[in-house]
Amino acid sequence: MKLKLRIWRQPNPEAKGKMVSYVLDDVSEDASFLEMLDVLNEQLIADGEDPVAFDHDCREGICGACSLVIDGQPHGPQAATTTCQLHMRKFRDGDIIDIEPWRAGAFPVVKDLVVDRTAFDRIIAAGGYISAPTGTAPDAHAAPIPKQDADAAFSAAACIGCGACVAACPNGSGMLFMAAKVTHLGLMPQCQPERATRVLGMVAEHDAAGFGGCTNTGECASACPKEIGLDVIGRLNRDFRKAAARAA
Amino acid sequence: MLLVLFIIAHMAGNLHVFEGRESMNDYAHGLRTFGAPLLPHESLLWVMRIGLIAAAAAHIASSVVLTRRAVEARPVRYVSRKPAKGESRHAAATMRWGALVVLLFVVWHLLDLTFRTVNPVKDLPDAYGAVVEGFAPERWPVTVFYLIAVLALGFHLRHGVWSAVQTIAGPNNKWRKRTQVIALAVAVIVTAGFAIVPLAVTFGLVS
Repeated sequence: MKLKLRIWRQPNPEAKGKMVSYVLDDVSEDASFLEMLDVLNEQLIADGEDPVAFDHDCREGICGACSLVIDGQPHGPQAATTTCQLHMRKFRDGDIIDIEPWRAGAFPVVKDLVVDRTAFDRIIAAGGYISAPTGTAPDAHAAPIPKQDADAAFSAAACIGCGACVAACPNGSGMLFMAAKVTHLGLMPQCQPERATRVLGMVAEHDAAGFGGCTNTGECASACPKEIGLDVIGRLNRDFRKAAARAA
Repeated sequence: MLLVLFIIAHMAGNLHVFEGRESMNDYAHGLRTFGAPLLPHESLLWVMRIGLIAAAAAHIASSVVLTRRAVEARPVRYVSRKPAKGESRHAAATMRWGALVVLLFVVWHLLDLTFRTVNPVKDLPDAYGAVVEGFAPERWPVTVFYLIAVLALGFHLRHGVWSAVQTIAGPNNKWRKRTQVIALAVAVIVTAGFAIVPLAVTFGLVS
């Protein structure tokens, strides 16, 4: 298949970027989206041009490194799929595909399609952990946890921290990411002592990092490659309300 | 909460127009003399006015903060946009522009039917007359603006009601779906209840 790509090119964080068009002939429909970009980069290198910088790592849909907004949708048109697991058979011969980086003030562009997501690390550092020494993996059933809590915690823990929620949010909010962490930790018995300080600390850091406020548009959940839902945001709001009331 | 309850009460009160001139004007008079002679004239109205102005001011102030944060959180915009995929997405997309329409409408509405500055009926106790003359067929642009504003209000409520519950109460999936149904019901009832009055006047059912 033949494709026309329009890709955001920005040589460094200070530069003013722009969309640049490339034509790619003979793309295999069995190629993944990233493999298609690899082919483009080989062509660019052969032509003596600067290859397109983009983040990628495991290419198995579990690391959260890939971060492309494809035709205005984080991770592209296929639901519950990371960019690396998206295949070219989802596109048609002759398509024009726009590829942009995550757009958020808290995620500054490093180069081309690569953004700096350390703001997420700072949110985690502000409470997304437990400090209780848990030793090695405990025996199964040593700490009884209701099945539904374990399932809900596991679903929330599926968050790979890619930032598609921020990229999709019209307000540029990191609420879904933060709420996934608050939910997955908040349902575990080992995590109860820090439950209040966790939510207060993470929300404060989230706001300080320059993410926008949540207006419950639900765009985050529809873009999430791990299908994390708005119920986690409900849970964060509940935890925050109780913690803030106690702190006041 | 205060604003939503007011809107529902206001909508219900408006329906007195279908009971005729006397019932509508009695209702308007009753609002002014509520609690008389124990309470001073218009005491209920002044409590409501102060409460509503305070609630509206807080509502607008927080929306300005949220909007500014949203603008700052995305300094560079996307080149390509996709259609929204979220929950109550059409309503969510019109929250800010629709609110401006509603705000402009509130100003007009006060000048029209409260202060009567732009209404042909200057006799304040004749609320019924003001409605009938205000939405007369030859004043059709007024009716159209009214209907657009009421529709914008309906959209605002459609997203706003469940969104407020989501932020303040933090429901689980089951309750979020329920509050979304309630929000839709409130939006449809309020829009229909407000729209029916000017439409009835314009089409001569109330005169």
